[in-house]
Amino acid sequence: MAQIRIESLRKDFGAFTAVQASTFTIEDGEFFMLLGPSGCGKTTTLRMMAGLELPTSGEIYIDGEEVGGRRASQRDIAFVFQMFALYPHMNVRANIGYPLRSQGLSRAKTREKVEEIARLLGISDILDKPVGGLSGGDRQRVALGRAIVREPKAFFMDEPLGALDAEFREHMAEELRALHDRMGATTVYVTHDQLEAMQMGDKIVVMNHGVVEQFGVPQDLYDWPATLFVAGFLGSPPMNVLHFDGTVEQGTETQVLDGTSFAVPTTREGATGRIALGVRPEHVHLETDAGLRAKVVATEYLGTTQIVTLRTDHGEVKARIPSHQRVTEGETTGLRFDARKITLFDAETTRALRSAGNEGVLAHG
Amino acid sequence: MSDFSVIAASRTQKWVAGTLVVGYAVITLLPLLWIIATGFKSPSDAIAYPPKIFFEPTLEGYVNLFTTRTRQTAEFLAANPPQTWYEEIVRKYDMVIAGPSRFGGRFMNSVIIGFVSTFLSVFLGTLAAYAFSRFRIPLKDDLMFFILSTRMMPPIAVAIPIFLMFRALGLSDTHAGMIMLYTAVNLSLAVWLLKGFIDEIPREYEEAALIDGYTRFQAFYKVVLPQAATGIASTAIFCLIFAWNEYAFAVLLTSGTAQTAPPFIPTIIGVGGQDWPAVAAGATIFLLPVVVFTILLRKHLLRGITFGAVRK
Repeated sequence: MAQIRIESLRKDFGAFTAVQASTFTIEDGEFFMLLGPSGCGKTTTLRMMAGLELPTSGEIYIDGEEVGGRRASQRDIAFVFQMFALYPHMNVRANIGYPLRSQGLSRAKTREKVEEIARLLGISDILDKPVGGLSGGDRQRVALGRAIVREPKAFFMDEPLGALDAEFREHMAEELRALHDRMGATTVYVTHDQLEAMQMGDKIVVMNHGVVEQFGVPQDLYDWPATLFVAGFLGSPPMNVLHFDGTVEQGTETQVLDGTSFAVPTTREGATGRIALGVRPEHVHLETDAGLRAKVVATEYLGTTQIVTLRTDHGEVKARIPSHQRVTEGETTGLRFDARKITLFDAETTRALRSAGNEGVLAHG
Repeated sequence: MSDFSVIAASRTQKWVAGTLVVGYAVITLLPLLWIIATGFKSPSDAIAYPPKIFFEPTLEGYVNLFTTRTRQTAEFLAANPPQTWYEEIVRKYDMVIAGPSRFGGRFMNSVIIGFVSTFLSVFLGTLAAYAFSRFRIPLKDDLMFFILSTRMMPPIAVAIPIFLMFRALGLSDTHAGMIMLYTAVNLSLAVWLLKGFIDEIPREYEEAALIDGYTRFQAFYKVVLPQAATGIASTAIFCLIFAWNEYAFAVLLTSGTAQTAPPFIPTIIGVGGQDWPAVAAGATIFLLPVVVFTILLRKHLLRGITFGAVRK
């Protein structure tokens, strides 16, 4: 079990920079999510940590030891691939036992260990089957078995649920999380699915274009995004962003927009120019006499709640409101935002402006 | 089932397809059958006109192929009655067997040169193809093109330079020389074919093995090689067929020690003219190894040809 520290890690592929200056720490026993859209460098980061790619510069520490230039086989980690990469010419038993054989463990000991792992994963009955005919879930379990059998310092998983169908993914996510909790091993998990990341992760790193946008516990990231990208990437529907030209005073508790003033968390820094106001759909309320006017464009019924899409002069806003509240398309209404949950961004730099609400979160991001 | 189906062929279609396939098979196999049949004919039947379809089979051709014979006087023949069935056959012509012919040696030359050069082509080709497929190599595309370009001219165009080179290096009429030549010619085909196969094998298999504690080379031969077996088998067939059948260079560069069967077979001279049954018998035996090799590996061959045609 191990702490993993990444310092100013960078990877160039010719002229293309896949990862630049990434720095973050994964604590011992954490379930750590690398989240981002495809091509953001999350998989490259993971592959560098695993030793499948050499970093262009920067350091990777596993348990305090710098391993950036070491062979994958010397890092004592396990990797679960998206397509599972089970050895097709071996049966389940041989697949799970393969990492042990490389360590020179005896046949009898390997057999014993493989059977123990199979019991843990509930796949004892398929041990002697070829991997070719297995279902997606069983392949996933065999891949996990091959990873955990060696009791490595850390598990690296590259979208391990990506190849499963939606229904089964949910189930496997729970199983994975339960397995992690039982073993307590440091796990680094790459995904592009923000729901998966928030559901399973102890901590999340959000990456975009090779840059770490924000890093922290899921709720901090969700409530207090550090950049407009994180605001737009987390949450479904994502955070609403209203753009306007204006000035944010330092130390103020109100922000004026179109002559309507909104209560905001006390600002700790000011800005002038293009400003963006971010608010989660669940913090938007429809009130007929509120100052900011909006026209209802569409409604989506989701059972207990509904998503109402409204058009304002500053862009579209989605509100998540109780489904019993009557809303008709085409009507004009007013919007009120929860004061404590607003984030102001400098739209030029896309960074969040520090306030009483997010200063604790941004301090370590 | 209805009368019309998109997937199932109709009766007529099946008949047409069947007729075409059988017709094509007959056309391609007829010369082969003729050679095999000629091998079992007597010399006079072999050159009979009109050609004989039904004849009395004899092993004369095969005996003549494997032996040298001399004519003897009637007294000698009377004093030494034939000991074996094949001696009996040659007695019809007042001859006795003087010793084995050179066919066995030539055939072995073909086996040695064909199989060793095939092994080398596939062995070197697999390593090169793996490197081209997996590693970032400077000028990779150009190198691949250069390798391919060695096949762009007819090999016989370089016959004279190669002949002179071989003479200067003392490689003329040596096994090593012929093995090198066939390996060189086959290598480009092997690299290209095998690179296609190895490209199809997901890298994750090796990466999994690397992480599971194996070295790059162990990952290569324990994980990649079994996956590439199909490609290797079909490449081996193509290389063997070329090396086995090659005639032009063999005629030019070999005359004795390292002569392969293709230039030797037509030189089998009988008494009073070409011994066609012996030639045909030689051709028949010469066909066997490639036929057996191909039949053994035919599943791979079929998959090999269509491999990579469909992207998964």
